[in-house]
Amino acid sequence: MPERDLTQERLNDFVVKFANVNGTGSASANSLIMKSIFRMGVPVVGKNFFPSNIQGLPTWYEIRVTREGWRARSGRVDLMVAMNAETYARDIAEVAPGGWLLYDSTWPRPSLLSREDVTVLGVPLAQLCGDHFEGARARILMKNVMYAGVLAALLDLDLEIVRELLGESFARKPALADSNMNAIRIGYDYAREHFDCPLPIRIAPMDETRGHVMMDGNTAAALGCVYAGATVGAWYPITPSTSLMDAFRAFCARHRVDPETGRNNYMVIQAEDELAAIGAVIGASWNGARAFTPTSGPGVSLMNEFIGLAYYAEIPAVLFDVQRVGPSTGMPTRTQQCDLLTCAYASHGDTRHVLLFPADPGECFDFAVQAFDLAERLQTPVFVLLDLDIGMNDWMTKDPQWDDDYRPDRGKVITAEMLEGMQRFHRYLDVDGDGIPWRTIPGVGEKGAYFTRGSGHNQLGAYTEDPAEYQLVVDRLRRKFDAAARLVPTAVTEGSGRAEVGIVSFGSCDGAVREALAALRRTGVAVDYLRIRAFPFGEEVEEFLRDHEAIFVVEQNRDAQLRALLTLETAVEKRKLRSILHYNGLPMSADCVVDAVVAALAQGEAA
Amino acid sequence: MRVTKPRIVPPGAPRNELGMTRRDYEGGMSTLCAGCGHDSVTAAIVQACFELSLPPQSVAKLSGIGCSSKTTAYFVAGAHGFNGVHGRMPAIAAGASAANRKLRYIGVSGDGDSLSIGLGQLGHAIRRNMNMLYMLENNGVYGLTKGQFSASADMGSRSKKGEKNQNEPIDPVLLALSLGATFVARSFSGDKEQLVPLIKAGLTHRGFGLIDVLSPCVTFNDHEGSTKSYAYVREHQQAAIAADYVEPRREITVSYAEGEAVSVEMHDGSNVLLRKLDRDYDPTDRAKALAYVQERVQRNEYVTGMIYLGEGRSHFHDRHNTPDEPLNSIPYEKLCPGSAGLAGILSGFR
Repeated sequence: MPERDLTQERLNDFVVKFANVNGTGSASANSLIMKSIFRMGVPVVGKNFFPSNIQGLPTWYEIRVTREGWRARSGRVDLMVAMNAETYARDIAEVAPGGWLLYDSTWPRPSLLSREDVTVLGVPLAQLCGDHFEGARARILMKNVMYAGVLAALLDLDLEIVRELLGESFARKPALADSNMNAIRIGYDYAREHFDCPLPIRIAPMDETRGHVMMDGNTAAALGCVYAGATVGAWYPITPSTSLMDAFRAFCARHRVDPETGRNNYMVIQAEDELAAIGAVIGASWNGARAFTPTSGPGVSLMNEFIGLAYYAEIPAVLFDVQRVGPSTGMPTRTQQCDLLTCAYASHGDTRHVLLFPADPGECFDFAVQAFDLAERLQTPVFVLLDLDIGMNDWMTKDPQWDDDYRPDRGKVITAEMLEGMQRFHRYLDVDGDGIPWRTIPGVGEKGAYFTRGSGHNQLGAYTEDPAEYQLVVDRLRRKFDAAARLVPTAVTEGSGRAEVGIVSFGSCDGAVREALAALRRTGVAVDYLRIRAFPFGEEVEEFLRDHEAIFVVEQNRDAQLRALLTLETAVEKRKLRSILHYNGLPMSADCVVDAVVAALAQGEAA
Repeated sequence: MRVTKPRIVPPGAPRNELGMTRRDYEGGMSTLCAGCGHDSVTAAIVQACFELSLPPQSVAKLSGIGCSSKTTAYFVAGAHGFNGVHGRMPAIAAGASAANRKLRYIGVSGDGDSLSIGLGQLGHAIRRNMNMLYMLENNGVYGLTKGQFSASADMGSRSKKGEKNQNEPIDPVLLALSLGATFVARSFSGDKEQLVPLIKAGLTHRGFGLIDVLSPCVTFNDHEGSTKSYAYVREHQQAAIAADYVEPRREITVSYAEGEAVSVEMHDGSNVLLRKLDRDYDPTDRAKALAYVQERVQRNEYVTGMIYLGEGRSHFHDRHNTPDEPLNSIPYEKLCPGSAGLAGILSGFR
């Protein structure tokens, strides 16, 4: 991407990165700054790079201020807030030429001045905290708030908004709001006195965040579960999916406790492991409740056997896989899209599953609701594939919308009244010719009773080892799955449809890809874009692949899993698909896509 | 293959409060070996459900994998059944119970299913005090894979091929007692007199009820040298406590001398009358029950009967504060905060 001139004032278009020590309370200071910018109407992107640790290790937080409303990382740092002496060396190396570095000059570090193209701003934060606050813990916490005050001066944040946010955070402890504001003020005044404030990179109010929220995908998905009417959640804690269940519980505590009886109209089962978690989801769904489990790759590995049971016995189940870096334990606090293939074909035997790929928290909400409808309509497990980037980072996302006319699609469920008029009920008979049989919920009546099993069964629901009877059922399951392609969210396309170059991507790559498209178009490269939102793939995916000669598949894993799935499940010729892969565990930025496309076109390979 | 049993009811067959006969509580024809202990357990479950006058659709039958787990197909055909994956029936039961607390859950498992692959799930089902009756058909051997020792096989017992078991057994009764189970019983498939009242009491208990049923495998573990054979169990079972189930509104008519019987009232007004066959035994004292069983195990004796009953403890649904109405039938309107609620929720994210 073209270098930007930092000598000129850059309103609402820069990156501040915070280098902290985890467990010191820096997250709330960083979020205070981001929220202040958001409330000033300026679009922001927040990314958290944290270790798999409780306290004492380096952690970073990155705020991209983007007046254009881009949604990916920018890949550069203009101002580094270096609060961790252990990482000074790498932190200063990361600052873009012409940028700034803010550090705690209570202990001067001349080595930090080694870069002539970076302006070092020293504020004696520890000393100021020592002068103004009592107690070791308070001094550590206030140091964070104080650098937020310094930034407020450097970036020209609206102090009234900062005060308002602190008031909301400490609504029940006004004294804390005051002492925090005091720390802000001290930092602010120090910066105004000692530096030329504001810096050329600064915030100017806009009106571009109205109708948006700052929300992470796990919270949005949890909210979707509440709105879908899910009553049973079962899980085993695993990063990065834990906050999904935390959010579900928090929403339920507010909105699902019966006001008259004080009873909970939901149940969250903390299982002994992921096997039990998915087992409980299957038991609850079999028994007519909407049930879900949030997990991550290692959990999906453990759930495989049960997933096959739900597929074959045709029991709805909703799974949220918040993907993290694999294989094995991998890097639990880093992001990847590496579970695509394992989810698509989870479990032994011929199995295949419906997958949904939200690209942002807004879609996490929508797809969570749809996942329950699809799972019950199709009587099968449905996976919502988030990743750590969508799941745990705060995204500026359009307000989720709700239609009060929505009613859950419970699929083909035979009621007690329907049973009365029936001669006999057969669980796996394709009565309607659409591959989807009717089911009964336990307790409905003797006539509706059947035996659910993962062993061979015929279309009447009885045990079988008969070759023809077995095949009849699994062939119908295949037809049912193929029909799902017409029920799942369709892919989103962008562009004329006639460009020579096509980009195919999914999930959290979307922000980087969209920004790359704009950059490529500025350089005269026409590109069409297809964002896949579900598996099985719809006809529109086939069309896009057919209509483009050179196609880049952008994804976040080493083995090009989306490309592999496309070659397995569509008619596309393998040679047409080239991979752009990003899999180091950090969220993608646009330049990775731009560079790869430009390089390929320059070599003439793609043309 | 499933063989449907003919439903011919002999005239004059006894009928229960629902007007149903015992045959109405049967299921498909058993495909287990002739003489299998499990078939006697099935018959006892049928008898207990009949005597309790349970509407068939109010029961849900759950099992894992193995010979024992097949038996859920052989009783109460009018109930939904779920034959899940090996050792994981308790997880399905947890979810099912969460969704509908009104059904009665009968889980049937075996010693392989419960004590090896499913030991963790059994332990956690006990810990949660899930509302279910858990029948563990215990024969010390793997049947479907032809004769390997299970985790309940006693140290030194011999397989059909003459091999000697080298590992300590896991005793489900001791396990359940130490994990805090609120209803722990042991019985013998050949002792219907003892087993039927235990099943009735277990189906009435609120919380997790375990009945470890010694249920010999005629094909792989009924020989000399086995400690789970019919002959061995008959010789070594020692009934400590007999349990009589007394239905609600019925009076306890038999009188016992002081210290010989304890009556425990169940939540629905029924009573379990525990007759002590050993004067020193107290089935309402967990620590004593544990010590007693442990001591008898050392002497190679199977203590049978109602070993421990702690009625009135908080169970799965109490702990989750769920409503009396099953979660699966709460109207959607009560579950969704709607667009009005959404506005308030979103305001917290700006």
